[in-house]
Amino acid sequence: MNLKPETLAQIDEVIPRYPRKRSAALPLLHLVQEDQGYVSREAIEWIAGKLEVAPIAIYELVTFYPMFRQEPIGRRHIKVCRTLSCALMGGYRTCREFEQQFGTHAGGTSADGEVTVEFVECLASCGTAPVVMIDEELHEKVDISRARELSARIKAEAKK
Amino acid sequence: MTMPEQRRLIFKHIDEAGYTPDLACYLRNGGYEVLRKAVQRKPEDLIDEVKKSGLRGRGGAGFPCGVKWTLVDRKSGKPIYLVVNADESEPGTFKDRYIIHQDPHQMIEGIMISCWANNVKQAFIYIRGEFPEGARILERAIAEARGANFCGPNVLGTGYGCEIHVHRGAGAYICGEETGLIESLEGKRPYPRIKPPYFPAVLGLYQCPTIVNNVETLCHVKHIVDMGGAAYAQIGTPNNTGTRILCVSGHVQRPGYYEFEVGKVTMGQLLNEVCGGPLPGRKFKAVIPGGSSAKVLKFGERFKGKRKVGAEMAEYDWSLEDVPMDFDSLALIGSMGGSGGVIVMDDSVSMVEALGNINAFYAHESCGQCTPCREGSLWMKRITARMVHGDARPQDGELLKSVADQIAGRTICAFGEACAWPTQSFVAKFGDEFKEYAALKTDGKEAAQPLV
Repeated sequence: MNLKPETLAQIDEVIPRYPRKRSAALPLLHLVQEDQGYVSREAIEWIAGKLEVAPIAIYELVTFYPMFRQEPIGRRHIKVCRTLSCALMGGYRTCREFEQQFGTHAGGTSADGEVTVEFVECLASCGTAPVVMIDEELHEKVDISRARELSARIKAEAKK
Repeated sequence: MTMPEQRRLIFKHIDEAGYTPDLACYLRNGGYEVLRKAVQRKPEDLIDEVKKSGLRGRGGAGFPCGVKWTLVDRKSGKPIYLVVNADESEPGTFKDRYIIHQDPHQMIEGIMISCWANNVKQAFIYIRGEFPEGARILERAIAEARGANFCGPNVLGTGYGCEIHVHRGAGAYICGEETGLIESLEGKRPYPRIKPPYFPAVLGLYQCPTIVNNVETLCHVKHIVDMGGAAYAQIGTPNNTGTRILCVSGHVQRPGYYEFEVGKVTMGQLLNEVCGGPLPGRKFKAVIPGGSSAKVLKFGERFKGKRKVGAEMAEYDWSLEDVPMDFDSLALIGSMGGSGGVIVMDDSVSMVEALGNINAFYAHESCGQCTPCREGSLWMKRITARMVHGDARPQDGELLKSVADQIAGRTICAFGEACAWPTQSFVAKFGDEFKEYAALKTDGKEAAQPLV
């Protein structure tokens, strides 16, 4: 495993927080995914070794929790909320706009590998619907014109 | 009845200009004074205050907080854990987000008072994975609080030590269910545990006694200990004490979060006056009053019967607009206050399509442990999706209901009810729309506002 020294330091810091090592599984998966972009098979075995559990005990988490992925995605990650409050205010159209802007479909990545668009369940900001998370930042009231602005910004940033 | 003013207890500083989430700002506003006083008192006294306050959990079930604390097994000799449910995953709910992001120390003070009261030495905040910034804010706030001895090895010089750790989820709704959350915190799939025997108060985290409380609930504890349980019980209405944050989303002019004394605002006042009424040219059609799993209510419905008012039974005859927004009144009319998430739909919405949206959510989020829920939630999603995108049949409403009826009551956790109630209530109240959907739907053309 080729993890950054900061990641390794954080991993060593987080494990002793818990009375039992296995509890650190989710934090370790987050840290490894942030470091590498996804959770590889090698990473699953490495985490299992670190927490002294069988690899299946980590693998079953990766396949269950929606935020973990086993394949790399685009450098930028757009998550559009699909659930009712956002849908009532135009979430489906917002998602379609992002799909068109980046020439992909929900769950897919743009041809240049830059942007992944995902249609996700409730992001808990229903009062400012429709909402979108771009990487770790929440954007509120993202109608079609706002989606176009955000897309333009992402495209401009990619050219730099 | 005149329009009640908001009473901002928990949201006092939310959106206040110049109010920042750091410790210095919190201290300038009287922060941690209640904790200072609390640690001078006996833990049993504090539990008593919470019992007297009548505080009911703000996460969804509305279970009395003082009773929950009383059920904790204190004789086992095992450590007692406090787990803060910051998973905020019920669609339509978005209150804890603002506490976490804007006033984290209020939450930490509430946690520490609760830990002191229950002799807890280790607390975990389980925060949903989709709040990465919130998790960082909490980490910073805990470090600040620890530096000032509001938590950590020696709380305010008392010799009592308690650590708080932030634990991030990873996008699974079922982690909001308390035993699923505990499994997740143990590093497993969040499969809810069967009760009995796994009541968290006895066999919770690591098989130790565990208290699981919602973020807002713990903030209320701070205010209860501050003013005293009896004084807090004067706020709100009997059996529905305190204030409550109502989150309004969907088709109103002013969606958002509003804090009222419980039961002092009616559905009509909330939606028409506070939230400014329907969007231009529209009429209200339906509302889900307590998060997307609560049973839907229909405008135009009337509710009649007898209810307890104080010690006496009184007749009531309410339109939906007359219903007070409290736990008991919403339960009385067949729905629930739940998590306080009020989702409003106007006359532009097809109820078949709205149900299709909800069904897709629950099918995605079923943990898969119990067959009726795993299969049933998927069937309901498929039926509504077929109705919208393929052939709709007049008997589909009955078919949906028959599936839903076979889920509720047959599962380990309340997710079975959560996924069945929308279908049961949508079909019961808007059955004609399900029968006529084939004729109603715009053939081949897409809906103005796609929901499925």
